[in-house]
Amino acid sequence: MVKVFIYPSTSLILSDMVDRWGHEPLGAALQIRERIQTPGFDSPPLQMTPDDPKRGLRYAAVEVPSGVRGRMALMGPLIEESEAAIVINDADFSFGCMGCARTNELVKLLIRHRDIPILELTYPRSEEEGVAFVGAIKQFLTGLSEGAA
Amino acid sequence: MTQKVRVAQLSCGPEHSGVQGEIYEAAEAVNAEMFFPDLTLADIRRYYDEFGLEARSPDLKLAIARAKALVEGRVDADAVFIATCFRCAEAAIVRNELRRYIHEHSDLPVVSYSFTERTTAGTLLTRMEALTTIARRRALLAREVQEGLTLGVDSGSSTTKAVVMRDNEIIGTGWVPTVRVNESADEAVALALKEAGVTIDEIEAIGTTGYGRFLVGDHLAANLVQEELTVNSKGAVYLADRQHGPATVIDIGGMDNKAISVQDGIPGTFTMGGICAGASGRFLEMTAKRLGIDITELGPIAMKGISKKVPMNSYCIVFGTQSLVNALAAGSTPEDVAAAACHSVAEQVFEQQLQEVDIKEPVIMVGGTSLIEGLVHEMGQLLQTDILVPPHSQFIGAVGCALLASGFRGGRSDESV
Repeated sequence: MVKVFIYPSTSLILSDMVDRWGHEPLGAALQIRERIQTPGFDSPPLQMTPDDPKRGLRYAAVEVPSGVRGRMALMGPLIEESEAAIVINDADFSFGCMGCARTNELVKLLIRHRDIPILELTYPRSEEEGVAFVGAIKQFLTGLSEGAA
Repeated sequence: MTQKVRVAQLSCGPEHSGVQGEIYEAAEAVNAEMFFPDLTLADIRRYYDEFGLEARSPDLKLAIARAKALVEGRVDADAVFIATCFRCAEAAIVRNELRRYIHEHSDLPVVSYSFTERTTAGTLLTRMEALTTIARRRALLAREVQEGLTLGVDSGSSTTKAVVMRDNEIIGTGWVPTVRVNESADEAVALALKEAGVTIDEIEAIGTTGYGRFLVGDHLAANLVQEELTVNSKGAVYLADRQHGPATVIDIGGMDNKAISVQDGIPGTFTMGGICAGASGRFLEMTAKRLGIDITELGPIAMKGISKKVPMNSYCIVFGTQSLVNALAAGSTPEDVAAAACHSVAEQVFEQQLQEVDIKEPVIMVGGTSLIEGLVHEMGQLLQTDILVPPHSQFIGAVGCALLASGFRGGRSDESV
């Protein structure tokens, strides 16, 4: 079993797929519902405090906005723990969504700088692309199992 | 218990900054409730595309969509609070454009704020109070004429001002430095009553404003205790005789600055703040002290100088004072130094605050610093307009209070009519 960081980290679908192929998903799986009634897309389920942005200083300097540092306080430890990663770019809101573009840039950079297997894909826009998309993820996850065996 | 004011929150980052609780607390303190306009994913895509501003952050796209829904009446709200992270350029663009869009296309009062993890409910309180006042007390703010015999007290961070008004005329004023809040208020009130030739028992209604408004309000058993943003707006347009139409009110105070975009005497958008005392009246006080002159002499002296001759950036009061000392040591004239100090303060207010409100003429400067003509001149140069300084501008908060308090004479209230 490999610890796989998923991006968008809120994606329930990605989280399920990683789990289904026998690995541990590292993310903050959250159902992006049809109606958005929370402050943001990825409103944290836990109560964050002003101490969280301070903990985020480990990943981003003090001149970086507090929202980025607060998000990094959640994401940073998961990235450090990860042994593989799946990154889906340009995903639809409903697939999984992280609210801050600056944090997303930093998260992806930190993943790319880790010496781990990474699968980067663009979100599919047609049925044909969708089939290929799922196939690529399946192949990547299966490969991780073989590598780990 | 009056009905809660419903404030729509458009934001990016407050939860992850750990300050969402502070926003809730500030709203609760003024009997308001925050809510997040409920939209479907399809609404978000459509409204975002229609608005036309390309944002990369999904939460900013959500904020844009919510703003459109509010303006189009899809969602009911009494007021709007826009909040994004300090130092985020993308969010600053979205925040400014949404504030302008809502202001131009709806009657909703709106305030925007950039927070850090250090933002507290106390910091947000005055802004939230002003926002809810505009939403809740439109009837009160509609008052244009002072009636009867009323007293207004402005307990500011530097000075305490009191004004007695009778039948739409100022008949007594008092101005003292703020030392102990209640005692200073008593002194200012005594001066105003003496000049007016009346006793406190004859006063029919009292209003208080400024930092010490709650304490002084209790002390004087005031009928109206009101934050300075709405009170100063009313006082400014009243004294400048611009009660109808647009106006912009600028108040450079002892501790912070206010810039308010006003329509028919009611604030639409406003900013309140000041990164450092270097952008406030406090820096001008220090300049006057270093030049060995009274603060009342600074304005006329500055008018004789040329600000460009002295490099000065009072972004920080310590560095500003260093520039001042260095300039004098290098042989600069007191006139040029005074002019540079005025320019520096005006420039900072211009750069940091006036960019966040829509400047509409007439521009009215109020508060004690509006009497420093060098500062008014420099602000006029920056804005490329003639600045209006109404009579009694230094008493603006007290006048606004006396005006609004007249709606409470005899135990009645403008709000009940």
